[in-house]
Amino acid sequence: MLFRYLLILMLLLPIKAFGLIEVDITRGNLSPLPIAVTPLSIDDKSKKSFEKILKKKDIAAEISTVIENNLKQSGLFNPLNKDAFLQKSDIAHLKPRFEDWALIKAQALITGKVTFVDEKIRVEFRLWDVLAGKEMMALAFTTVSSNWRRVGHIITDKVYERLTGEKGYFDTRIIYVAEEGPKTNRIKKLAIMDQDGFNTKYLTLGNELVLTPRFNPTNQMVTYLSYFRNLPRVYLLDIETGIQEVVGDFPGMTFAPRFSPDGRKIIMSFAMDGNSDIYTMDLENRIVERITNHPSIDTSPSYSPNNKYICFNSDRSGYQQIYVMKSDGSNVKRISFGKGIYGTPVWSPRGDLIAFTKMHKGKFYIGVMRTNGSGERLLTENFYQEAPSWSPNGRVLIFYRETKTDEKGEGFSAKLWSIDLTGYNERLVETETDASDPSWSSLLSN
Amino acid sequence: MDWDKIFKNTFLILVTCLVLSACATKKVSTTSSQIQGDVYTGTDTVEYLASGVPDRVFFATNESVLTTASRDTLRKQAAWLRKNSEITVVLEGHADERGTREYNLALGERRANAAKDYLMTYGISSNRISVISYGKERPVDSGSNPLAWSKNRRSVTVKAN
Repeated sequence: MLFRYLLILMLLLPIKAFGLIEVDITRGNLSPLPIAVTPLSIDDKSKKSFEKILKKKDIAAEISTVIENNLKQSGLFNPLNKDAFLQKSDIAHLKPRFEDWALIKAQALITGKVTFVDEKIRVEFRLWDVLAGKEMMALAFTTVSSNWRRVGHIITDKVYERLTGEKGYFDTRIIYVAEEGPKTNRIKKLAIMDQDGFNTKYLTLGNELVLTPRFNPTNQMVTYLSYFRNLPRVYLLDIETGIQEVVGDFPGMTFAPRFSPDGRKIIMSFAMDGNSDIYTMDLENRIVERITNHPSIDTSPSYSPNNKYICFNSDRSGYQQIYVMKSDGSNVKRISFGKGIYGTPVWSPRGDLIAFTKMHKGKFYIGVMRTNGSGERLLTENFYQEAPSWSPNGRVLIFYRETKTDEKGEGFSAKLWSIDLTGYNERLVETETDASDPSWSSLLSN
Repeated sequence: MDWDKIFKNTFLILVTCLVLSACATKKVSTTSSQIQGDVYTGTDTVEYLASGVPDRVFFATNESVLTTASRDTLRKQAAWLRKNSEITVVLEGHADERGTREYNLALGERRANAAKDYLMTYGISSNRISVISYGKERPVDSGSNPLAWSKNRRSVTVKAN
């Protein structure tokens, strides 16, 4: 994994912060915190070296742009226009003139310095509380130069955590299905990208239909559905080696796979003679267990983060609803009782909520409810959208939405979107192609 | 003057009404002739395994129940399969786009198996029939309207050899 290359993570100045600035992320944030992200400073020699190996004119400015975009996308911060900055960034990094930053209404300030050291990139940064006139945080990272975007993401995670009190979600990746071509004959490939849409890589060629990729807890493996040789089966893919294998030996379609939070099992549906039930396979001893046994369709299983429960989708009541059971399959309880039908339940990494897709009167909603079904909240409504996946801190959901591009409903486009748990900050997540079935990784550097 | 204006307006309103009602009736008649109780009854997308043997049956929203017309089609397929005992088939089950991807995979499988069961009751051995579900991933009509959806809720019998 890339974080192996994060050689040094050292504290520059272990000054206890006073934490006057606080960002509340539990409500829709209508006045994002004004923050000045200075272009990181860099000496001429380092600049030239990076230009040569990375083909980037000013790597320091590029890293600060990564940070700035992340902060902006979170909806919690308002990065200020650099044209208004009064103090030069190299001097500000040593000692900010807080009056200058207060004058442009900045409440927080990020400064930093980039140097070229033994073919590697070293980035140090400081977070300052402008009104209190205090340094809140100072860190330095050294890593292989090609890793420079990740440094920007890790810095954003540190700033986010320092100011909100919760872990960030910026040094993460999204795996999804890249889609191209007409709707009646879509080409689908597995694709992986950084959370901000950069560094896209395609993991399959598009020769066969692939659907629903999901990461394991360490982000090294992916489980997904492939129609290889026209036999729809759940596969396991090692991202680094590219080695794939079929999960289990089932005499019919297996689908809707996910890892258990401890990474030891894959849970999925197996369809036979018109009936789909939920099964698990232990990845170590290959033992297959049947979890549900009901003549209805049981699918879309998702474990609670403590491995003790499973939420799933079943039409045993006549229509698709959400159910929760113990992970051995006992104690099945229906939890969705609102108007409409419900699908794709996913347990929050925090454990307290289940996200879902709801269909009602020709509309599709992404929503959340408590694990006993109470407190249902719909976050977003559209003509067609589904398959929410949680950010690792449980504060943001990513999902996909299909839209018609003309009046007759002929044109067609599928894109990834994200929305905060608060129901605010809905954003398009840029992808190179059309995209569906997003799955969010856990934090890469942890 | 005034009368002239009123006359003109009335005329315009009348013309508009006529145009609107013409459109409305036209739309209703085409749809109703091709969908009955939510099930597609037209022949637009249908292909033939042999003369008089349609290759597909259609379903109501969220359903896998075979209609009278579907059973009729499947009996014809069974008769054709009995006559051509060397032929094996794949039943491809599909759903419309108005559902979640994973559930629709299961629903497509359920639909194809409903067709398989019926062929088996008419004497076709299960080892001549395999089943695959494409969920909503392979629509035959790319439109987003009730007629397109009804064409996409289908089980298609495809020659495998």
